[in-house]
Amino acid sequence: MLSIVEIDRGTPLVKSDKMVVLEIDGRNISVPEGTSVMRAASQAGISIPKLCATDMLEAFGSCRLCLVEIDGRKGYPASCTTPVTEGMKVSTQTPKLAEIRRGVMELYISDHPLDCLTCPANGHCELQDMAGVVGLREVRYGYDGENHVFAKTKQGETNPHFVAKDESNPYFTFDPSKCIVCSRCVRACDEVQGTFALTIQGRGFESKVSASQDNRFLDSECVSCGACVQACPTATLSEKSLIDRGQAEHSVVTTCAYCGVGCSFRAEMKGEEIVRMVPNKDGHANHGHSCVKGRFAIGYATHPDRINTPMIRKKISDPWRIVSWDEAIAYVASEFKRLQSAFGKFSVGGITSSRCTNEETYLVQKLVRAGFGNNNVDTCARVCHSPTGYGLKATLGESAGTQDFDSIEQTDVVLVIGANPTDAHPVFGSQMKQRLRAGAKLIVVDPRRIDLVRTPHIMADYHLKLRPGTNVALLNTLAHVIVTEGLVDEAFVAARCEPEAFNKWRTFVAQDKYSPENMEAETGVPAASVRAAARLYATGGNAAIYYGLGVTEHSQGSTAVMGIANLAMATGNIGREGVGVNPLRGQNNVQGSCDMGSFPHEFPGYRHVGDAAVRGSFEAAWGVPLHDEPGLRIPNMFEAAIDGSFRGLYIEGEDIAQSDPNTQHVTAALQAMECVVVQDLFLNETAKFAHVFLPGCSFLEKDGTFTNAERRISRVRKVMEPKAGYADWEVTQLLANAMGYPMQYKHPSEIMDEIARLTPTFHGVSFEKIDQLGSIQWPCNEEHPNGTPVMHVDEFVRGKGRFMLTEYVPTSEKVNAVHPLILTTGRILSQYNVGAQTRRTANVMWHDEDRLEIHPHDAEERGIKDEDWAGVESRAGQTVLRARISERMQPGVVYTTFHFPGSGANVITTENSDWATNCPEYKVTAVQVTRVNQPSEWQKRYQAFSEEQQSLLEQSLDAAETP
Amino acid sequence: MNIERLVTMANDISHYFAADPDHAAGAASIADHLKRFWEPGMRKQIVAHLAAGGEGLEPLAKLGVERLAELDRKSAQATHS
Repeated sequence: MLSIVEIDRGTPLVKSDKMVVLEIDGRNISVPEGTSVMRAASQAGISIPKLCATDMLEAFGSCRLCLVEIDGRKGYPASCTTPVTEGMKVSTQTPKLAEIRRGVMELYISDHPLDCLTCPANGHCELQDMAGVVGLREVRYGYDGENHVFAKTKQGETNPHFVAKDESNPYFTFDPSKCIVCSRCVRACDEVQGTFALTIQGRGFESKVSASQDNRFLDSECVSCGACVQACPTATLSEKSLIDRGQAEHSVVTTCAYCGVGCSFRAEMKGEEIVRMVPNKDGHANHGHSCVKGRFAIGYATHPDRINTPMIRKKISDPWRIVSWDEAIAYVASEFKRLQSAFGKFSVGGITSSRCTNEETYLVQKLVRAGFGNNNVDTCARVCHSPTGYGLKATLGESAGTQDFDSIEQTDVVLVIGANPTDAHPVFGSQMKQRLRAGAKLIVVDPRRIDLVRTPHIMADYHLKLRPGTNVALLNTLAHVIVTEGLVDEAFVAARCEPEAFNKWRTFVAQDKYSPENMEAETGVPAASVRAAARLYATGGNAAIYYGLGVTEHSQGSTAVMGIANLAMATGNIGREGVGVNPLRGQNNVQGSCDMGSFPHEFPGYRHVGDAAVRGSFEAAWGVPLHDEPGLRIPNMFEAAIDGSFRGLYIEGEDIAQSDPNTQHVTAALQAMECVVVQDLFLNETAKFAHVFLPGCSFLEKDGTFTNAERRISRVRKVMEPKAGYADWEVTQLLANAMGYPMQYKHPSEIMDEIARLTPTFHGVSFEKIDQLGSIQWPCNEEHPNGTPVMHVDEFVRGKGRFMLTEYVPTSEKVNAVHPLILTTGRILSQYNVGAQTRRTANVMWHDEDRLEIHPHDAEERGIKDEDWAGVESRAGQTVLRARISERMQPGVVYTTFHFPGSGANVITTENSDWATNCPEYKVTAVQVTRVNQPSEWQKRYQAFSEEQQSLLEQSLDAAETP
Repeated sequence: MNIERLVTMANDISHYFAADPDHAAGAASIADHLKRFWEPGMRKQIVAHLAAGGEGLEPLAKLGVERLAELDRKSAQATHS
């Protein structure tokens, strides 16, 4: 079912410089050349009846309802497949057309149940609407003939055409008895999602929609993106939430709180209850598409596990005391003041989250800098994309990706390094797949055979299956080929880049040691493939690099980011559409949390705290002197806590005890602190070590903005009241006031106004302007009043681009006899980050535990079979996971996800980190894997501790409920 | 803070800047990096560690920390004067 508020113009928007004028029902209209008659009519305010057409999909011309008459043409052409021509005269309503349309509808309805009143699509069913529109009054064929509607024939025999309802998918049902075989679902799976899970099986009256090889939806290749459900004109594919709750009565546009694609959604509501989430066709990042998380996995927001009251306790072995907001805030303020007076101003700090809004993040760093009087603020981007910030700033001059997503429509060569878009950024992954199917070439650099390497109608031209930890070596070999084979875009480099740095770099990468042949033993990638891939990237037309955490989460993460920027500059692949350097951000607001000054060394807009002029502007605005030295990064905070110099931490929306590496080190640090304050939806892993719990609210309960991977700022809109009474920004404000630093914002828009005043790249941003434009890509200021889709167009933000040297330094995390395998980590489509949200939804049906993927050779050597318990041991710790034998892995490399706390993936990962930013080396850990038959010691301890904490929580909540 | 961890971090930084054929420039870049990104307490600790012999610090890292000590001395003087 389409959104309740969107207008469906039947066929997609066509872009053309040439306009065509035609006449429809006596009205003149001018539309771009290539537009269908149907769309032109719709733009003139004329609705032509239709069933198989929808503007999310290419015209199909199967339903024969949209027929029109055109002066001078024979017959009755379908308006959806007929393009406009100059001077065309179209009639959409004639007696003959009415007769044909009634005839068509009569046939449809003769094989359709007449249960409209109790049907979930009632009131918003396109078939029902069309029956009304054409004036269908009788069905002469009756309902007793061959049909797909009834399980039994009149004679009581089994109806061979009948297929029972498929309710296997947790979020939607498939009821073939209501299907009109318009193929919209099949086409949506192809054209929108690009998975090809659906097909029309059979011919003629036998035709029916089937998932994979006539499987149940859940057992098929379906990825549950919901595009088919949205496209279905009847109730054949219906959201279960819609079936349960009935039609929504209003709709609010907001932004998804999952990955960095930042999809725009319409929350379709009944009062304060969400009926369903429908991706917004006008959404600039997603154009009406979504994935299983954004569309369906929102149940966590109303999950019973949510804690809606503040709680405090002296020690973590104590039960919680349920308290009022006033008491909780006063307690935190008095504790932080006590710690600061006893242990100094620098003994406390805060952590902001990429899951929070820009306004919330800005406020937390302001509280730390202005209220606490130090710079001990950091954000979870520390453990994901901090190297992107460092590397792109050093080379290009701005800590952000260079393009918008739509840029890929102009790309000829896609280079994906250390990213898995079809799992981690599925909506952009779909757009990328469509582009690849349209002919763009593909190079994948990844130790694993990710889905993109070989998926229907796509095969990577080159898959450089490198050993984990050798990104920089491989990037240097690509650069070596480009430099030594004369593939440098000399004109671009001469005009746009610093000559001295370029010459130094050219000499550096031209060294023999970086030839693909000499590096082959190190990277494991055949030299010939490297050479061919480098040639393709440099000479294949517009080439764009997309990268993810497989690049950043290494001991040389920042070096690799600089290596990527070097490649783009050397080949002139920057500064226009279709090219560029595109970091795919993990969480919804990674870009935003970094922009907002969450890092301990910089103010909003990536300006160093040591810069006196910048600091002066913040001092003037905030009315207090500010510290001019960098504060502690998250891993430094842990070290300082264990040391005793860091005692209090305010954590908003982060779960460091699960997400950060070397869990045992993290929990030791948390236990060493005296006042750990967690503001979150749930009693997450970190909250189990907390002294104060402040209830947070979901993205549905507050106003604000998120900034996605394209630098796109989009609105988050409140659709329901905060469950615990306060939005997160209000809680930070209460805390600031209690600490003696006054904050008086009445609405998050005032916070954005302050950000805009103080940050040159945000000068032009306001809620009003975002509402007006839909979304804005920063920089948005006097020079770029409507934002900036493509950066570095005429010159780099830093002036001239700077090539940086990128020596390959092998990680110290090496395999040896004790730890002969490399463990690398990643994530999966259905789950998100630490899983706090998605584990509390039916998405667990696709992934209910983290598995250890291991190559058959490695498994056989160890006597491990599929499903066996496998012990994984590194120098940091040990855990046990069930094995999944998989040839996606290369021998010597094992893989797991980190969505479930009990898996202990981060018990294994080490404190090794990126040299420049301390981003953890999650992607390379030397391990041994053995067959075992019980959980690890850590897991047993975790289980016991977790149960104890849960019971302390329940005691407290129960006590509070009993009067 | 655990000095071994700081030593490792300083060495990691020096490995990156070792690519610069000009060692003095490399050392200056290390110092600059430490100054820009390390919290002052950590800087003090690594400088003190070098003064006490600098066990575990690799040669270029030592040079970098030396230069850092100079930078920090200068800015301390600037604030006091």
